[in-house]
Amino acid sequence: MSINTEMNVRVAAIDQVAEKVKRFRFERVDGSPLPVFSGGAHIVVAMRDGDILRRNPYSLMSSPHDQTAYEISVLRVEQSRGGSAFMHEHVKLGDQLTISQPVNLFPHDVRGRKHIFMAGGIGITPFIAMMDQLHRDGSQFELHYAVRDRNHGAYWRELSERYGNHRIKIYVDAEKLFIPTEAILSNQVLGTHLYVCGPSGMIDAVLGKATSLGWPKQNLHSERFLAPPPGHVFKAELKRSNKTITVGTHQSILEAVEAAGVDAPYLCRGGACGQCETSVLACDGTIEHHDIYLEPEDKISGKKIMICVSRVKGQAISLDL
Amino acid sequence: MNIKFKQETFRGDFTYRNSPDNIKRFPFPFHEDKYMYAVNMEPHVPAGPKGYAFEHMIDVDEHYVSEMRDRALVLKEDPLRCQALPHMMAAQWDTLELLMEQQAAGYPEHFSLTKNSDQWHWINRPLGIDQKFTFGDPSTLPYEPMEYITRQAQGDFCIVDQRDGNLWMDAGMVTTQADWSLDFDIGMNFMEWHGPVPLAHQMGVFDRALKFLLNLQQGKPVRRLNWTMTINPRLDTSPENYHKWGTDRMTVTPENVGEKVHLRCELQSLWRLPRSNAMLFVIRCYLLKMDELVTVPKWARRFHRVLRDLPTELADYKGLTRFRPTTVEWLSKYDDGAATSSGIFPE
Repeated sequence: MSINTEMNVRVAAIDQVAEKVKRFRFERVDGSPLPVFSGGAHIVVAMRDGDILRRNPYSLMSSPHDQTAYEISVLRVEQSRGGSAFMHEHVKLGDQLTISQPVNLFPHDVRGRKHIFMAGGIGITPFIAMMDQLHRDGSQFELHYAVRDRNHGAYWRELSERYGNHRIKIYVDAEKLFIPTEAILSNQVLGTHLYVCGPSGMIDAVLGKATSLGWPKQNLHSERFLAPPPGHVFKAELKRSNKTITVGTHQSILEAVEAAGVDAPYLCRGGACGQCETSVLACDGTIEHHDIYLEPEDKISGKKIMICVSRVKGQAISLDL
Repeated sequence: MNIKFKQETFRGDFTYRNSPDNIKRFPFPFHEDKYMYAVNMEPHVPAGPKGYAFEHMIDVDEHYVSEMRDRALVLKEDPLRCQALPHMMAAQWDTLELLMEQQAAGYPEHFSLTKNSDQWHWINRPLGIDQKFTFGDPSTLPYEPMEYITRQAQGDFCIVDQRDGNLWMDAGMVTTQADWSLDFDIGMNFMEWHGPVPLAHQMGVFDRALKFLLNLQQGKPVRRLNWTMTINPRLDTSPENYHKWGTDRMTVTPENVGEKVHLRCELQSLWRLPRSNAMLFVIRCYLLKMDELVTVPKWARRFHRVLRDLPTELADYKGLTRFRPTTVEWLSKYDDGAATSSGIFPE
């Protein structure tokens, strides 16, 4: 038995906060308070786009204590699979959407003596909520925020005003200003935690640098935005449901499963949390593992797949679903 | 419904009894005629007949007032039964909010909570408490928030922090426990504090349970039932007080089984906490003496079979070895061999 805890919300405000970035404000349709959440949490927004039901995860960026509304920011992605384009072009003030309860896969370590945030572009959003919470708690933090140019970067001005230039450092690509990762990471007090959110290349570079400087793994945290990559069309047999479905070029297995009316568990929809781990019964082709959850030996074994991001290069796969 | 709270003891003269109505709401932990470890978690949603222990998500019953008195006695003798590491303050407030909201929602005639921004007003009628305080400011309460509210809620409470892909026992109020110690376990992770459990590790039960719990969602609490047996209706069967209760297990005779031997059930519920992203682990203890248990024929038959066929390792771990044969013999009089229906509820 599963319980439905989704919430119906109305779009209460839409703001163009930077080139290609819109902020959406959601209030509950029935007027009741939204749940408190913890900084770093995301929600999954369900969008009805004609026949297609899209579900995209977005970090919450409003104050975690504010129960009147949630806010998210959506970057219009060039090769959008549909979600960000739909949010930018079709969602209007007053529209109703369905959102999930908050889920936090990127929490701060509450024991941390100091918290260093490094954001690239739209990766700023979880940190906005985290800083709000840490500021209220009187915890020590600083933000290093890289933007392409001053028009593309959202929120840098208001964050600087709210927390001061000693805590908010802005680096603008167009002005040849880059985060001095090594200098920042070389000289920190014991008990400092580092959090990175942004493009994969940035996360890898920062974590690699921190590791080489001797930072303990437990003090390093990151969140990636993994969208399900496109690929070839293939068939998926859902053994327990006794169905065979087709997974389209721009569709994940999970999305195709949901479109066929089969319930599959998920949380992050980005290959990170492990909730959608599914047993592979047979595979005619090779599994393209795109997740960051499965251990290398699990990926090699071909017996498990994270259906939110991974797919098949070949004809068909049979799943325990 | 107005609960009639009983005045009774869980030590000394042991006057604890279940009223006939309270027997029917006992969360009997066996859904079939045998028992083995399993990741037996299910959504914590209302279930069972009206008035059952699963009706409200934080259960309050006729023993509430006396249990709270017993807790106060335990804490007076041993303040280390309640501990919270410094980084758990947000989780303490989460816990206070959850318990106040759930008790007020389930039992409005006994509890009420009024919120005006961070100015809160809590009324607990059974215990005669009327408290105005500022949410988020510990100086406005007589105890830290977790201790304050768990002195007013039945069951033990552990708050576990989630980090590094594990769960850490970093706060708790533990006075009604089945032979484990918060003072010993505090700061341990999920695998460490489950270290002593036999068989289950080899079955991979804890790996699966941990994986499941790490993704526990806000708004979707889960529950499971666990059990052991206790001689005399003693809530505080702690390692710290082993010298007071350990020898009770040698006092069971064929004549006193019905009165002395109790099935001890734990209704465990797990909740994701919103502000802290920590998890609240509620371990609510229910005691039912054999004389009371056999008033439900299905439970009498089933418990006889479960106890008779229990693997030796489990009986040893649960501390049943000394009195198991006597109790099985006594229960056999109530088992005519008839089939039992599946599920935990009385027929």
